[in-house]
Amino acid sequence: MNPNPEIVAFFCQWCAYAAADNAGRARLNIPSNIKTVRVMCSGRVDPEFILEAFKKGADGVLIAGCIEGSCHYKTGNLQTAKRVMILSTVLKSLNIEPVRLRFEGVKADDPEGLLRIINDFNNTVSLLEPLSCEV
Amino acid sequence: MKKSPKIKIAMYWLAGCGGCEESILDLGEYLLDLIDKADILFWPIAADIKYDALKDMPDNHIDFSFINGTVRTLDHVKMARLLRRKSKTVTAHGSCAHLGGVPGLSGFYSSESLVKKAYEEAPSLADNKTTRDPAPDPQQLTERPYALSQIIDTDYYLPGCPTPPELIKSALLSFIAGELPQKGTVFGEKKALCSTCPLTDTRPDKIDLKKIRRVQTADYSPDRCFLDQGLICMGPVTRGGCFSQCIKANMPCRGCFGPLDNVSDYGAKAVSMLSSLIDENDIKKITSVIDQIPDPAGLFYRYSLTSSIIKKQGYRD
Amino acid sequence: MSRIIKIDPITRLEGHGNIKIEYDDNGVFKAAYLNIPDFRGFEKFCEGRAVEELPTLTQKICGVCPTAHHIAGVKALDDMFNVSPPPAARSIRELIHNIFIYEDHLLHFYYLGGPDLFLDPDTPAADRNIFKVIEKLGKETGGRILKIRKKVRDMHSDISGSALYPVCGLPGGVSKPVSEKDRLRFCGISKEALDFALETLDLFHERILKNPVFISLLDQECMKSKTYYMGMVDESDRVNFYDGIIKVIDSKGKEFCRFSPNEYLEHISEQNDPGSFMKYTFLKKVGWKGIEYEEFSGIYRVGPLARFNVSSGFSTPLAHKEYLRMKDYFKGYPVHATFAYHWARLIEILYAAENMVRLTSSPCLSDKNIRNIPGRINRERGAGVCEAPRGILIHDYEGDRNGIAGKINLIVATQNNGASIQYSLTKAGRELFKNGLSDENTLNKLEMVFRAYDPCMACSTH
Ligand code: SF4
Ligand code: SF4
Ligand code: SF4
Ligand code: FES
Repeated sequence: MNPNPEIVAFFCQWCAYAAADNAGRARLNIPSNIKTVRVMCSGRVDPEFILEAFKKGADGVLIAGCIEGSCHYKTGNLQTAKRVMILSTVLKSLNIEPVRLRFEGVKADDPEGLLRIINDFNNTVSLLEPLSCEV
Repeated sequence: MKKSPKIKIAMYWLAGCGGCEESILDLGEYLLDLIDKADILFWPIAADIKYDALKDMPDNHIDFSFINGTVRTLDHVKMARLLRRKSKTVTAHGSCAHLGGVPGLSGFYSSESLVKKAYEEAPSLADNKTTRDPAPDPQQLTERPYALSQIIDTDYYLPGCPTPPELIKSALLSFIAGELPQKGTVFGEKKALCSTCPLTDTRPDKIDLKKIRRVQTADYSPDRCFLDQGLICMGPVTRGGCFSQCIKANMPCRGCFGPLDNVSDYGAKAVSMLSSLIDENDIKKITSVIDQIPDPAGLFYRYSLTSSIIKKQGYRD
Repeated sequence: MSRIIKIDPITRLEGHGNIKIEYDDNGVFKAAYLNIPDFRGFEKFCEGRAVEELPTLTQKICGVCPTAHHIAGVKALDDMFNVSPPPAARSIRELIHNIFIYEDHLLHFYYLGGPDLFLDPDTPAADRNIFKVIEKLGKETGGRILKIRKKVRDMHSDISGSALYPVCGLPGGVSKPVSEKDRLRFCGISKEALDFALETLDLFHERILKNPVFISLLDQECMKSKTYYMGMVDESDRVNFYDGIIKVIDSKGKEFCRFSPNEYLEHISEQNDPGSFMKYTFLKKVGWKGIEYEEFSGIYRVGPLARFNVSSGFSTPLAHKEYLRMKDYFKGYPVHATFAYHWARLIEILYAAENMVRLTSSPCLSDKNIRNIPGRINRERGAGVCEAPRGILIHDYEGDRNGIAGKINLIVATQNNGASIQYSLTKAGRELFKNGLSDENTLNKLEMVFRAYDPCMACSTH
């Protein structure tokens, strides 16, 4: 169990980050253990950043981008979906639970949806032991 | 012209296979010039110089040490540090020293399980009719494999499994001439293998992987880019400089030359490369293509598991 | 008080090792003990890999005999995919196997064992190496050694993708055909290699077999080991590196047993040595009683001398002639003299060269049909066995239906000689150190004992 997991969340500018802004305005607060990183598009999240996050102590990495078909850069979110899928198979072989990495599409005007995803991911990761990748 | 003094070199191997040593011998006739310009102070495979002779040398006595092989036992750590102390510069020679190499795949498992498999679980071990002697102590091993630069300060890197003799020669020539490259230099080319691959003209700008095929069952053409035929080839993310040896034998590249400059995780780059080639946009189709990649971690990290960003991987057993 | 001398590291062999020489309280030699401090765990970390990668993964066990591992590995895949290579592919595989054994045996004769045989016994340590051998034989011969090895290794590279690590082996054949133009070129090189092999034999007869030190090493009882012998033979019991039945004879020369490669588990057992990562092997049916019991402990030897002893000779004329010459020199049979490994190894250089000429002279080699492409795996277990230069090499793979490797078991060449090497050191030591001598030259004489086996320690511990 890991009640207070370290989560790194990459939010794409156009959908996820906008949704997070709206959540702030609607007084829906994002849990404090979520470290957000703003990126222009989810497609900008290189697998190296994900592995770097795990190495620096993240117990879970969430990537939130636009839902299918509405990525501001057309295929950025598809690119990320494929990367996360392949990287998950690699994580499994490296004996790191693939559920520690998740990619979700959100709508800018649906802050509750974003919060639901964040809390659900937070719970999933807190069921696991701390990853503690040796630096 | 005053004959410049001979440079002092040493060659040593940790958990290597002897292949890198063989490619030094593959320098052929150049070996005879080499011994005119260099004194070989330590080279166990070919010369009877013992540890004591190395220990008795003053520090920084050796100009260039070439160390190949993965760091896998405590003896290796001791020897690497001893050679570091005795050498002005240390070159990690071959992919084992450079990236951890194939022995680095032992990082998937704990040392205990590696030893347990060989000395307690092997089917050919003496059965109960004979008293079986105990296994050797796994504590002699480091708790996981290391690339050389994770253990000692390393100046230069000779990539490849093994490093081609031509590349060893170019390093030796520049060392002998005193033209030392910048610290941290990885010899070989700066561009990816594709740029010098004989099949590069047949590689379309946009490769669309609908299906992943495997060499043992695929009927593929030797004259067309392997990746475009659905065979995973690591060329696009691998440093050039090996004269496309495997490609010329009609086999896809397995990435032994390692990543290009300023890439910190070869496997991560392979993930990006492959995902950019799957052009499906329906998630179910994407999943079905991805599921066809056999043993992704073993393939992407075949030579560089120990130097991947995630050092400590959980152990599988 | 008891004393220990350590030879660390042992040199001019493949792999790490050190020898501890123990004296008892009144300074009398007690035992010599070989420790191999090297281990990588291939049998474990190959689990879970894609099966088609195994022949190029397991070959990294040894850079001195990678082709042997590649051949054994690819034959194991043939077994699992239930497919066999078309004639051209089989010839190509046999060709690279013989090329590699030819130049690897040359490596031992001139580079590793050679310094002990060519240079006088009291040569200082710093001079006991290939460079002094070349100096002694003259730059002309020395240059030819380097040149022929390079030419032969380049041929290996042109065919298989690398001078060192062949990548061309696939289940059901090879990945690349040989062009007719290349075949003719390779034939020329093979003939050159055969000439050089003959020259090497003359050199051996002139310089080494006439050298009193070598002759005494052949004759001394302490340099002999009475063991079983194991080797791969064809249907008329002649030596075959690539394929055949495994034959075992006892120390009197009587056939003990004969088995096909995938029955190896019924005949071969491994024993641990807590002080070293090298496992020993022994004949299961005889049962282990300890290293010092040699044949009574089921200990057998492999490699050139074993192939000489178990076989009825060679299928090629020049090699067979030399085989008869050696048989005639040693009146007794089987030959137990450890230093006879050197001579048996040279017969195999001839045999390999003659095979290279035979294979490259037949147009079948350049036939374009080089693959029978298999369907799915239909046998979840496959064994591939061949003769590596240093002895029998067994690859035993498990693989599931979608081609992911399961359990892997490897019995690797030198390991079969492990027990004999270990005990040979103590037996020789009793003679060499009996008058308390422990000067540098006597220590090197002890190292000469294991060098005769041309051991590969990286292989023996994998
Ligand atoms: S890099 Fe390759 S050739 Fe060199 S020691 Fe490692 S496995 Fe052997
Ligand atoms: S992907 Fe492979 S086969 Fe294609 S051009 Fe690059 S290196 Fe050559
Ligand atoms: S093609 Fe790839 S695997 Fe083969 S030698 Fe070159 S870099 Fe290494
Ligand atoms: S902009 Fe949101 S995923 Fe591309």
